[in-house]
Amino acid sequence: MKGGARLALIACLCTPGFAAAATGPQPLGPGEEVQQVAAEVGRYGGRLVVGQRSEPKTLNPVTSTDAISREVIARCNADLISINRASQQTEPGLAKSWKISPDGRTFTLNLRKGVRFSDGHPFDADDVIFSFAVYLDEAVGSPQRDLLIIDGKPPVITKLDPYTVRFTLPRPYAAAERLFDGLAILPKHLLEKSYEQGQFAKAWTLNTASSEMAGMGPFRVKQYVAGQRIVLERNPYYWKIDRAGHRLPYLDEVTFLFVGGEDQQVMRFEAGDTELISRLSAENFALLSKDAARNRWQLSDLGPSLEYNFLVFNLNQVDSRKLPDVAGRQLWFSELKFRQAVSLAIDRDAIVRLVYGRRGTPLWGNVGPGNKLWVNESIPHPARSLENARELLKSAGFSLNDAGRLLDSTRKPVEFTIITSSSNRQRTTMATLVQNDLSQLGIQVNVVPLDFRAMLDRIFQTFDYEAAIMGLGGGDPDPNPEMNVWLSSGATHLWHLNEIEPATDWEREIDQLMQQQMVTLKYDKRKQLYDRVQQLIAENLPFVFLATPDILVGANGDIGNFHPAVLDDNTLWNADELYLRAPKAGVERAGLR
Amino acid sequence: MQMSCCSRATPAFAPENTVRKRILILALIAMHAAILLAGFIAPYDPANQNRGFPYAPPARIHWSRSSGVRWRPFVYASSANLDGYREDVGQTFPLRFFYRGDSYKLLGLWTVDIHLFGVEAPGRIFILGTDAYGRDEFSRLLYGGQISLAAGLLGTFITLAMATLIGTISGYFGKWADESLMGLAELFVCLPWFYFLVAMRAFLPLHLNPTNTFLLIICVIGSIGWTRPARLVRGIVWSARNREYVAAARGFGASDFYLLQRHIVPEAFGTLLTQAAVLVPQYVAAEAVLSFFGLGIAEPVPSWGNMLGTLQQYNVIVSYYWLLAPAGALVVTSVIYWLLADALHNWVKSHSI
Repeated sequence: MKGGARLALIACLCTPGFAAAATGPQPLGPGEEVQQVAAEVGRYGGRLVVGQRSEPKTLNPVTSTDAISREVIARCNADLISINRASQQTEPGLAKSWKISPDGRTFTLNLRKGVRFSDGHPFDADDVIFSFAVYLDEAVGSPQRDLLIIDGKPPVITKLDPYTVRFTLPRPYAAAERLFDGLAILPKHLLEKSYEQGQFAKAWTLNTASSEMAGMGPFRVKQYVAGQRIVLERNPYYWKIDRAGHRLPYLDEVTFLFVGGEDQQVMRFEAGDTELISRLSAENFALLSKDAARNRWQLSDLGPSLEYNFLVFNLNQVDSRKLPDVAGRQLWFSELKFRQAVSLAIDRDAIVRLVYGRRGTPLWGNVGPGNKLWVNESIPHPARSLENARELLKSAGFSLNDAGRLLDSTRKPVEFTIITSSSNRQRTTMATLVQNDLSQLGIQVNVVPLDFRAMLDRIFQTFDYEAAIMGLGGGDPDPNPEMNVWLSSGATHLWHLNEIEPATDWEREIDQLMQQQMVTLKYDKRKQLYDRVQQLIAENLPFVFLATPDILVGANGDIGNFHPAVLDDNTLWNADELYLRAPKAGVERAGLR
Repeated sequence: MQMSCCSRATPAFAPENTVRKRILILALIAMHAAILLAGFIAPYDPANQNRGFPYAPPARIHWSRSSGVRWRPFVYASSANLDGYREDVGQTFPLRFFYRGDSYKLLGLWTVDIHLFGVEAPGRIFILGTDAYGRDEFSRLLYGGQISLAAGLLGTFITLAMATLIGTISGYFGKWADESLMGLAELFVCLPWFYFLVAMRAFLPLHLNPTNTFLLIICVIGSIGWTRPARLVRGIVWSARNREYVAAARGFGASDFYLLQRHIVPEAFGTLLTQAAVLVPQYVAAEAVLSFFGLGIAEPVPSWGNMLGTLQQYNVIVSYYWLLAPAGALVVTSVIYWLLADALHNWVKSHSI
């Protein structure tokens, strides 16, 4: 039966009519359950060119981990239920509707009928069952697996009929249907073989022929030129239509150029080679703003991002014989008053002004004002005060010598090193500002920018560092993705990794609160629990929070339906709705044909 | 053709070139004095951050205004907004000479607070603008020059000391000493030094304070470049040891050490001097390259290299031209030293036997 289906498909691919029709959107099939979008009606045609800092590493939606690969992959794939990046609410994807049982454990999803993968193969419940089998398979090693395993148990997935699937979770899951966002549905007919042979991780690399890949996203891979670009073309079977009944997407092609860095992204955008730019730094945003009116660029400051930058002290259990320097300094770092004094001495407004050119927000907790749903407004924002900081240090047994250097209770001068990533200039600048701030307390700080990997190695493996400036967060406003940072057993519990059990009472309380919020269904109750977590973090300062940048993006004035969002894929999340007001010009400027 | 070639090579110290000679000497003295007396000439401490004034453009010095003081230099107060800076003509600050400001160590010995010029706070004078932290670029240029020039001079000293020692041993004793040392020199030339240094940084302890880093850099720069001058010294020693007066001295029973010290090594002095003048600007540039890539002097201590490092950012290089000042200083230093090398070369030629 299966073989027959494949033969039929091959026959279909060989018909000349198919190839000709594939360039334009297919007419709607009878009974095809498409989704109508509310966006402004655009026009067909044209090519959108986007600059990427580096090449994607893979096109496999299950194994990809880096943002650049995911930016491409997300254009070619679709999920069952997705989070609308503008409203931050869930909306139907390949599941046209769903029901959650009153106990919050069972989700019944009704799939769209009559819709097809980008190679024309019909989609049904078997693809969903297959996809989740792959995500949950430990041997495949998908990063999404951790999100699906609750209490150590996977969900049970049952096919009720070809268009109905039921998910039963071991425990109620607080984020509910948001769980499905970002889990791309895979074509069973193309990937089953490699999965059964245990070769799944090797499937869909950059060199895979485009005929062997298919997805449910608005675009499909057309061509990959190593070191230069990857070209996506319209998926002629995409399952969304506009208000006038035209099948989306509007664009013929989306090209990702591998330009090599943020500065190159800016230069190519200025030159008109690319039409969209996201994750701009404040300096480059200011640079582009000068010429925005003349070039008709649409530049937007979307307000505070969900990223938080912080100073972290090494509180890991270290061997005092192997790392005597670190162990000696941990006596200061583990003193709460020392961390509070450091926090009080830091001029966060200067960071916002000098690092982010006023396009940022100072932070005193892990949740910033950008996350309106979850921020705990009652967390205090103590103003910078060197006097209070000095008082705190004095009460903790520190003193000043005649030269103005801070000494600890054993008369040892307080000096430590902050490491940062040398490729991240903003964090290096923060470190230099913190260095200057702390020198006013008599603390000598050395700043050492290291290669990013060398830095991670020190933080995660050797623990051979004293303090670091880093950034985290940015993906999802929900508290759940933050679990790995705040749980004492979490893989990103940076200040003290590999804790066998919570090292302090407040870490124990955070563990309990985070576990509890994960299975609490009511928003109000969850918010209460997470508020307490934020309060504990702000009081105990495992991280000294610094600031968060605004999300800054830009687009060519010719792009219609440009609605950038704070959440990931800030500019391309609605690529299916984007259109070029004057498609011809766009193609010529790209200079690629 | 030949004429033009010869006129280009006219020695700087030839009698017809006294003007050029004087200018060169003046420039050398002025540059080194300015850098040596950085604390006095610079109006501010180089690490002082004026956080309200990031990337302020060079201050405009006004000489007169419609009412009030005439013909006395002054600056206006300036205020920052999202688009840049504008002068507030309501507030003026006259330039004061021998002004008391931040204290500093003059020549590393006396703590003083008198600066050549300055303006009364809250006025500020940034004659070469400011960097990303609102630090005075002019002050940093002078202090940075201390680091960069010291790296050049001390590095050169180390190189020439090593080159003299190795070249002399190699040239005087010959045979296996010569072959092994010159073989080592060839090996040294082959090593890809830059990549080696980048890799080395990852293994260095994090606790290197700026002074130690500085010394380390000087040692690294100094000990890499010995091969070329060592070969030159070897050649000179090789030819000198067979001279008749050396043979005569040896006949009178002079020891190897006496011969080397009295007759042979002095032959190489002229060449070493010329080499020094060539090496100094090279090493100043080497320090700049290392610091530019973050391998050199760390913040907040300025050096010409780490000051230029900020120009790696596209937005900085297109928006804030005044941050190119250290590049200008590097060019001037190199030109002065190369002219000096040229002059020394001619002097050595005219005085050699």
